[in-house]
Amino acid sequence: MTTSIKQLPDIEQVLSGNGACGGCPATMALRIVGKALGSNAIMLLTPSCSVASMGMTPKLGYNWPAINICFATAGSSGSGIAHALEIMQEKGRLQGEPPTVFCWVGDGGTYDIGFQALSAAAERNDNMIFFCYNNEAYSNTGVQRSGATPRGSFTTTTPAGKRQPKKNMALLMLEHNIPYVATATVAYPGDLYDKVVKAKSIPGLKYIEILAPCYLGWQFDMPETVQMSRMAVRSGAWLLWEADNGKISFNNPSSLIISGKKDAAPVDEYLMKQGRFKRLLKGPDADQRIAEIQGDIDREIAFMRERAKITF
Amino acid sequence: MKSVTKAYRPISWPTKGAGGDTGSWRTHRPVVDIRICTKCQFCWVYCPEAVIDRHEITIDYRYCKGCGVCALECPTGAITMEKEE
Ligand SMILES: Cc1ncc(C[n+]2csc(CCOP(=O)(O)OP(=O)(O)O)c2C)c(N)n1
Ligand code: SF4
Ligand code: SF4
Ligand code: SF4
Ligand SMILES: [Mg+2]
Repeated sequence: MTTSIKQLPDIEQVLSGNGACGGCPATMALRIVGKALGSNAIMLLTPSCSVASMGMTPKLGYNWPAINICFATAGSSGSGIAHALEIMQEKGRLQGEPPTVFCWVGDGGTYDIGFQALSAAAERNDNMIFFCYNNEAYSNTGVQRSGATPRGSFTTTTPAGKRQPKKNMALLMLEHNIPYVATATVAYPGDLYDKVVKAKSIPGLKYIEILAPCYLGWQFDMPETVQMSRMAVRSGAWLLWEADNGKISFNNPSSLIISGKKDAAPVDEYLMKQGRFKRLLKGPDADQRIAEIQGDIDREIAFMRERAKITF
Repeated sequence: MKSVTKAYRPISWPTKGAGGDTGSWRTHRPVVDIRICTKCQFCWVYCPEAVIDRHEITIDYRYCKGCGVCALECPTGAITMEKEE
């Protein structure tokens, strides 16, 4: 059973009055992550909105030791700290429960710029949780396209709409043969919480990706962060799944879509709520462009359904 | 070499209000009608700012940014966004 809202712990690791925009999905997600990780953890961040949200020296909006590192290096920096902790433990210089090492990185720092270091850390199976909060663009620098930006989306570097589909980063991580991979999103806090609690208990590299609808980049109204997250899941544009040692299982409500018990909502409504698509779907080729986006979603659902059948 | 004093070290400490008194960002203020509220805690769980007391359903206006997520997610309509003076 998924942990209910009322069962979530009181602990707050994200402190009120930080520098994030109102309604920020990254902060919303990190708050739930904090409830699962507790205070005994070390946080690494690459340049992103979540760094800008930390606030100004000498104050810090997150209640962890938080280290700002170079854009390309979350994987390797996390490895360094994980190894240092192991050696300190061996030498008896670290007593008690060792802290959880976790990277908190945007999609730009995961899909693109940090991919090599993450891939290497995963191949070594170093002991950390790598979180990608995915707002589907480089938001902090004013919304440029990333490998996570879906087809058809406007960004400042795709003024006519992105022509390529996004890549399936969580699946790429699964193919690194790491012990745990999961996807989540802010509308389903209990699901996210449970996945982080599980990841914390597993040694090795765990990858958790959280879809984070950002009103600024996606161009919807600020109060609609959670609504957009819910619509992404209901339309099948975002699938909730987890994989224990390579075995994929889907979580509700995505499991209903995968099993065919429930149809995914047509993608139109989800797209039309967002300025990043809407402004491009007004032209004469709108139907064809919506069909392309729907095609990407259908393909992904069909592919993941079949991929989940392969187990060893 | 001159030693670096504490004030110049690039180290920060966890503190509320690291982005200032963010309540001043608000254009609208969430107001809870406690008579309608069922204490379901939806507003508490989705508030990105951690400014809602989960038991009393009171809001810390010093830091509430007025994003309106709580009002939209409230299943009973107990929260209204009122324009700031
Ligand atoms: C090597 C390097 N290149 C570029 C930048 C500028 N930069 C800072 S934050 C950012 C965007 C990061 O995007 P993402 O990782 O998706 O996080 P988000 O801002 O969306 O939260 C960029 C390009 C930088 N700090 N370092
Ligand atoms: S731009 Fe988006 S992700 Fe970045 S702080 Fe604002 S709401 Fe959060
Ligand atoms: S969401 Fe609405 S009903 Fe639920 S606790 Fe908050 S104010 Fe009360
Ligand atoms: S308006 Fe936003 S910041 Fe203020 S209490 Fe509601 S959800 Fe929290
Ligand atoms: Mg991003």
